[in-house]
Amino acid sequence: MMLTRFLFERIDRGGWVFLVLLGIAAVLVPVLNLAVPPGSMFHVSNTAVGLWGKYMTYALLAIAVDLVWGYCGILSLGHGAFFALGGYAMGMYLMLQIGPRGVYAHPTLPDFMVFLNWTELPVAWWGFSSFPYAMLMVALVPGLLAFVFGWFAFRSRVTGVYLSIITQALTYALMLAFFRNDMGFGGNNGLTDFKDILGFNIQSQTTRAVLFSLSVLALMAGYLVARAIVTSKAGKIIIAIRDAEPRTRFLGYRVENFKLFVWTVSAVMAGIAGALYVPQVGIINPSEFSPANSIEAIVWVAVGGRGTLVGAALGAGLVNFAKSWFTGAFPQGWLFALGGLFILVTLFLPKGILGTFTDWWKRRGETRKPPTASPASQPAE
Amino acid sequence: MNASTRSGLDIGSGTLRPCSHPPGARGQGIGHVRALSAALAAALVACLLILAGPARAQDHAALVQRFATESFNDIVGAVNGLATSGAPRAAPIIEALRDGRLVYRASDRAVFIRRPDNSFVSALSGEPAAEIGTTRPVRLNNNVRRAIDAAVGALSLLHPDPARRASAAEAVFKSRDGSALPALEAAIGQERDPRIKKLMEEARAAVVVANPQAAEADRIAAIGIIQRRGDQDALAMLGSLPATTPPLVREAAESAAVGIRRTLAVWEAGQNVWHGISLGSVLLLAAIGLAITFGVMGVINMAHGEMVMIGAYTTFVVQQTIRVLAPGLMDVSLFIALPMAFLVAGAIGIAIERLIIRHLYGRPLETLLATWGVSLVLQQAVRTWFGPTNREVTTPSWMSGSIEIGHLAITANRLAIIIFAIIVFATLLLFLKRTPFGLQTRAVTQNRRMAGAMGIRTNWVDAFTFGLGSGIAGLAGVALSQIDNVSPNLGQAYIIDSFMVVVFGGVGNLWGTLVAAMTLGIANKFLEPYAGAVLGKILLLVFIILFIQKRPRGLFALKGRAVE
Amino acid sequence: MLIDPMETQLPADPVKAIERPQVVTQSLLYLDGVSVSFDGFRAINNLSLIIAPGEMRAIIGPNGAGKTTMMDIITGKTKPDAGDVIFDGQIDLTQLDETAIANLGIGRKFQKPTVFEMHTVEVNIEMAVKADRTVFGTLFSRQSAAIGRRVDDILGIVRLGDHRNRLAGDLSHGQKQWLEIGMLLAQDPKLLLVDEPAAGMTDVETGATADLLKDIARTHSVVVVEHDMGFIRELGVKVTCLHEGSVLAEGSLDQVSADERVIEVYLGR
Repeated sequence: MMLTRFLFERIDRGGWVFLVLLGIAAVLVPVLNLAVPPGSMFHVSNTAVGLWGKYMTYALLAIAVDLVWGYCGILSLGHGAFFALGGYAMGMYLMLQIGPRGVYAHPTLPDFMVFLNWTELPVAWWGFSSFPYAMLMVALVPGLLAFVFGWFAFRSRVTGVYLSIITQALTYALMLAFFRNDMGFGGNNGLTDFKDILGFNIQSQTTRAVLFSLSVLALMAGYLVARAIVTSKAGKIIIAIRDAEPRTRFLGYRVENFKLFVWTVSAVMAGIAGALYVPQVGIINPSEFSPANSIEAIVWVAVGGRGTLVGAALGAGLVNFAKSWFTGAFPQGWLFALGGLFILVTLFLPKGILGTFTDWWKRRGETRKPPTASPASQPAE
Repeated sequence: MNASTRSGLDIGSGTLRPCSHPPGARGQGIGHVRALSAALAAALVACLLILAGPARAQDHAALVQRFATESFNDIVGAVNGLATSGAPRAAPIIEALRDGRLVYRASDRAVFIRRPDNSFVSALSGEPAAEIGTTRPVRLNNNVRRAIDAAVGALSLLHPDPARRASAAEAVFKSRDGSALPALEAAIGQERDPRIKKLMEEARAAVVVANPQAAEADRIAAIGIIQRRGDQDALAMLGSLPATTPPLVREAAESAAVGIRRTLAVWEAGQNVWHGISLGSVLLLAAIGLAITFGVMGVINMAHGEMVMIGAYTTFVVQQTIRVLAPGLMDVSLFIALPMAFLVAGAIGIAIERLIIRHLYGRPLETLLATWGVSLVLQQAVRTWFGPTNREVTTPSWMSGSIEIGHLAITANRLAIIIFAIIVFATLLLFLKRTPFGLQTRAVTQNRRMAGAMGIRTNWVDAFTFGLGSGIAGLAGVALSQIDNVSPNLGQAYIIDSFMVVVFGGVGNLWGTLVAAMTLGIANKFLEPYAGAVLGKILLLVFIILFIQKRPRGLFALKGRAVE
Repeated sequence: MLIDPMETQLPADPVKAIERPQVVTQSLLYLDGVSVSFDGFRAINNLSLIIAPGEMRAIIGPNGAGKTTMMDIITGKTKPDAGDVIFDGQIDLTQLDETAIANLGIGRKFQKPTVFEMHTVEVNIEMAVKADRTVFGTLFSRQSAAIGRRVDDILGIVRLGDHRNRLAGDLSHGQKQWLEIGMLLAQDPKLLLVDEPAAGMTDVETGATADLLKDIARTHSVVVVEHDMGFIRELGVKVTCLHEGSVLAEGSLDQVSADERVIEVYLGR
């Protein structure tokens, strides 16, 4: 009850629209995919379900990035690391579900370990055959890494571009590490050839439709949590830290604790997004850690509008839709488009699509209304 | 002008001007001594030849005749005799024997060599022999073959080519074959090249040490010679002594081995430092432009790596052009590429500054994103233009090869890059310290607003500083094209490392960048043998991440209120 | 046992570092022998200063005299190389960070007005009002009537009641100064450090600010750094003149401005 109130009481109109649309999608897309025959114009193709499911996990990652960047001013160039770690945790569970059905038909060891002549499961893999344990790790591993990293970084007041660069170094170091075979996570091939999840065939269209719906639900939950945080008093302090960190400190707030809190929450969110991503795309490999991926997530948020949450999610969808279209139509053109997007958005659309739209909408409302003594009345709290 | 002076000197007789003398007699005092010693040596050689001449001719005939036999023992004796005689025909005769082309005529014991076209020449004189009648081949067995191998080695010890002599001595050092000893002694007696002589003496020492019959004192003395050699081969030699070796000799060998290991460890550390400095120079080159743009303007230029890449591609284009227009200039192509790369990258840098970065000052995170966008565009542009595969850049001849200093192998390309990095660094330092532009740049670094108030056109300073930083990245690209693959991804490989260097060194301090680059380079090379290349790099990244926590503004940070 | 620092001149020897926690004073703020240097430049040089409870003190001094650095040291932003900084009798401020010092009851207004521009005036004050400052406390906190009343009070005091719903970033320079003072008041500190409150204000605003500060000084200790002599005269309090990081003169404004050395370094000519 407390929690529901905490989550739902401060959602604005745009937020409700977003949630309702997502809720409809979560129900309608699987239905249109599974129940409507392929010939019908209302049929949603299998490819589309997979693609949109992927976008949903990206959108969740975008909300996680927006939470730290848009609201707290921490430009993380390493959020892909948390996403990938969540993905690996899920991948390890899926790997152990293969059991003796691998190429080498080893009863317990995944193929790549047999290939490396290993005889037993490394300690890091223990327990991953249990789904609850794996799900715990999906949240815990990125969360813990973020907590430790943030604990040191925020305490030492590493800020601005320095922080950005070391987050990039973090994900780069992880990428190098995961590329190594002896790390025990499949080296550069990563984890793939998954068979089933909780006993359901991962290839079956029903499972895939359910995974889609789960991704939408996770996105909704992520939005609710993020929204609740940023509209709480703590959220106001987080915004205050973004705009005037010393002032916040001199008011007696422990800036590093607030930063650590959003940072860790955001990392967990990214980890969950990664965990949902892996069963839908069927593979996780070290390239997910590559710094370029993390920066791409930044541009989703920048395009959609940072500090808007809904905009971040929209941005993730739009940019990735454009990416899919470009790689089909002009494979050469995509990097030009993406690079151009970075430049144009930062130069001409600093508030992103949604931010600019909201501004315009507000201004339109103001010019219509007769000028009053106290402009722009705030929604009652 | 030069030519006329020289011809004047030539005509003027009796002049003592140095350049009128023939080479070898330049300078008065030294020239005389040299001429004298050369003359003496020549006379000596002549005397020896005259004295040795007739006796040799007779001996050779007898030596060669000894091959005309069915007895293997006699053949072995003939091979050994011929090999140590120093006879000019020894080599072809022994080679012919090895290939089964040595024959003799039973009637008069004359020996011939059958040539590949089945004609015959006299073994002794090498002159063609027309009618030779029935001949028998000189027979071979394993004993003979062994003797031949030793003889070839011995002959090589006396070969006119110094490289052949050196490798023959090395071969003996490794084989420690006692039978080579006489030939070795003879060769040591004749050898004039001190370097080869030393090798031969080491080979002799190896033979002595390995010889169980040699006197203990001799063997221990020989161990001393081997210890002075002090390389891995010497270590292997000392380690290979059989268990039956007398204890005294073994002790000497063991202590010598310990000594060698110690020296080798020092040399290895030296080699690591050298490799580290070379890697550090690469890092310095890649990072120093970034240090300028970040230090002066507070701009994080994510497209910096692409400037490096553009420098490398400029080198490629310059070399392609030279190949078509003036192939003779290939060896100086890099010197043409350097200014071109500086200009091309610098111009692109200025364009980026004017078009994009200018609008984003005071928003470092946005600048970071926009320049990342630029880097994607540049990468893709190069990929579209030049293709995604590696482009081949020629290494000029003076940059290949290596020299040895002690046990240090110094490759020319590493050396060239280190020297280049030093020159770039020093020039930049001088430029910033001594030129008006440098002064303005430093003024802007320290207090942008005050500099602006004093009439410095900060926006021009910004544009040119950015151009300078990018131009230097272009120079780095020329250097990197020599050691790395020239591909569109070249810049990506260096950008994170460059940032680490700048952040580690502290912003706005070129010396900090230098120290950071060298520290990271050397640390990397020392970590590599223990941790492997990748893990070493990860460890360094983790180290820097931790270091930034401790000193958020790097090694050499500016302090005080001005920083904020 | 309380020892009056005025009478017990503490020797400046190395042993002092160990004795530090035992320094006990009756004054609210007590600085003794404080020095700090940046890259060889001595910003603060053996500075000693005592503020009594309830006192209002004006600090003057030419640029680079160390006024702002002194505030940095008191508020924990800069750590001194040497010396004691004692608050409220016995709390060693050099061991604490900004947050801890703020929560002890030292509020600071920056030289450049610093408010949360993306928040409304009301939210700015609300965040400053004394309340739970932990992450989870603020995360689940609910607006209480008491805090609301306190915000109203303060908005009244700093005359921003009509602007409560405007974004702080849209306020004028003078209004931002007042908002920042209001935020300080909302913290309910024992000591207010106010750096150049009258900078960039009109004469009317300056006068109003002086009145506001005098009002505040009735219930709080205040240290004001200011350049505007008219403003300081209006405050009518004891003045300390800093020069090159140490105290040059102390007394009433008339005394200080009559001081030969002050005239030389500060008032010029």
